[in-house]
Amino acid sequence: MDLTYTAEEEDFRARLRAWLAVALPTLPPKPSPDDWPGRRKYDTAWQRALYDAGYADVHWDASPTLRLIFLEETETAGAPYVGANFVGLLHAGPTIAAEGTAQQRERWLRPILTGEAVWCQGFSEPDAGSDLAALRTRAVRDGDAYVVTGSKIWTSHAEVADWCELLVRTDPAAPKHRGITWLAMPMDAPGITVRPLRTLAGSTEFAEVFLDEVRVPVANRVGAENDGWRVTMVTLSFERGTAFVGEVVACRRTLGELARTARANGRWDDAVLRRRLGRLHAEFAALWRLTQWNVSEAQATGGVPGTGGSVFKLHYSHARQELYDTAAEVLGPDALDLSRDWTLDRLSSLSYTIAAGTSQIQRNIVAERILGLPKDR
Amino acid sequence: MHFQPTEDQRALRRAVRELLAARWDRTALRAALDSPASRRSGEEDPARRAAPASRGGDRGRGAGREQGGSTSSPPLDRELWRVLGEAGVFSLRLPEADGGVGLGLADAAVVFEELGRALVPGPVVATHLAAGLVPGAATGETVVTAAAGALVPWLDAADVVRGEVVDAVAVRSVDPLTPLHRVRPAPPDPVGTLLTAAEQVGSAARTTEMAVRYAGERTQFGRPIGGFQAVKHLCAGMLVRAELARTAVYAAAVTADPVETAGAKLLADEAASGNARDCLQIFGGMGFTWEADVHLHLKRAWLRAEMWLTADRAEEIQAEALALAL
Repeated sequence: MDLTYTAEEEDFRARLRAWLAVALPTLPPKPSPDDWPGRRKYDTAWQRALYDAGYADVHWDASPTLRLIFLEETETAGAPYVGANFVGLLHAGPTIAAEGTAQQRERWLRPILTGEAVWCQGFSEPDAGSDLAALRTRAVRDGDAYVVTGSKIWTSHAEVADWCELLVRTDPAAPKHRGITWLAMPMDAPGITVRPLRTLAGSTEFAEVFLDEVRVPVANRVGAENDGWRVTMVTLSFERGTAFVGEVVACRRTLGELARTARANGRWDDAVLRRRLGRLHAEFAALWRLTQWNVSEAQATGGVPGTGGSVFKLHYSHARQELYDTAAEVLGPDALDLSRDWTLDRLSSLSYTIAAGTSQIQRNIVAERILGLPKDR
Repeated sequence: MHFQPTEDQRALRRAVRELLAARWDRTALRAALDSPASRRSGEEDPARRAAPASRGGDRGRGAGREQGGSTSSPPLDRELWRVLGEAGVFSLRLPEADGGVGLGLADAAVVFEELGRALVPGPVVATHLAAGLVPGAATGETVVTAAAGALVPWLDAADVVRGEVVDAVAVRSVDPLTPLHRVRPAPPDPVGTLLTAAEQVGSAARTTEMAVRYAGERTQFGRPIGGFQAVKHLCAGMLVRAELARTAVYAAAVTADPVETAGAKLLADEAASGNARDCLQIFGGMGFTWEADVHLHLKRAWLRAEMWLTADRAEEIQAEALALAL
């Protein structure tokens, strides 16, 4: 067990830190959360800057440890998060890299890295959220295309996306996990209607997407027909593995700002509140170590994140909500001021125990896949 | 960075687990529990024995404790102590030149996790800390206890007591296998804190395994109770607590950072007592009996949580660290 980094890793960190110090001051002002065209422009410009500096493919080609250092340093420096590039960089990209043909990798990967192409995720449906495999959007083969009809929901960045990683049912007769196919759908194809959804935070993070006989070329299929579930699991294990690294760093910084605020407004003298902040400090420190643990494990097992990601996500999503509830106690009336970042972040934190597999589903995963308890039902 | 147990650490864990399976299995545990002295434990014993002299540089046991009653202790298994000593449990971190094994704190954490898992009784942490300082401690020939926080375990049975125990008052110990005295609170020792946290992690992992196994075997309504989400989710929560605490303890063992150590103890205490509680719930009525081992884990977890560094103090240390970083 050791927590030291190699000379090459430390060198990577130093170069990245030096580059961030030069690159970040040139950034334009951040667009408002609801200005999606503005956000797309801002996020893809940052992606382009990363590309030109040689850091764009760190999520794919670098070792898990270098990825960890990258996320730690960018977050610590206050660099933009992946934002509109999230699905392309952390979902669709890694999936195409792992499962796509040489031609597909050639066609789709570089535009993701340069920030030219933005992707969205067409997985969930109104009746297929946690039970993702219950999806019903149908694709019927017609010559060299699939004709897709149905609807998707919770589709992040759909308003500004060029491509959608789409799960469709290609064999309705097969058992529900076996009849699914993974397609790359161009968002400008005829028959697509995007309707933004307003979240409880007031923002339009995601949308409903209606598909009416949309023609998707067969050449856009990643993996075999009806093998989409396995292809998807590659993506989801990635999401549950290292996707939250930057956020843990951000939470630790937030906790520090909270302590500063509490000291300034006198709430620090409340021993119960102070101790609660202390406990959160210990929990986020441990979550950071757990991240390093999972990354070390992934590194040892060839880069594929293990089920330890579920353990992490379960604790993290609750700790994050606890953090912002504690923030509200520190801030008092200011916690109700919507113009404060705190308040928006507190509202956003409510999604963490729901998105990417609810806590209830995560507990089933931990109990069944890690602990080996009998299947429910 | 390779924050995973090394091959040597895995081998060390296996060796200690095998040793304890052979020498301190459930039969031994239950025999100790059912010994007449243990059953009397906690009752007033007016016939206090005289205190023999110290064998080390520290205060001999019993010295100065003129006030208050005593208790009759369960017997301390001195043969087990010597076996642990031969295996290097106490001399683990002592340099090889001084007759030790020359390993580090992370290796010790792995070993103490196993001791906690097996509910090994006796002042194992204090004796380990005394290796190289008190003659015979390293080999297990001398049993050394210490004032750890406001408590001293095994005060009457130990050969040497470290720390200030002048006003030690006997307590009817909640843990049938750990006789206790109360003393004036002593400042926590960081290594003692960390190794106690490691014991807690071992216990938390063990009660998780016990709960999962029982949930897979026990049937109600025609199926194993582990198939019910309500039970399944308790088990998942136990694993999360144990894993988070284990990572915190290992990290603190690697960095030896006092703040990280305090955080690790906080999370490990919570994991051990929380998991024992949930395990008891999953065992249902059986969990409430003396026959099931669950209560032994719960009581030892409560006891360790009071030793060296308590939750309130650990949280304050965390808060201080937050304030200092501003």
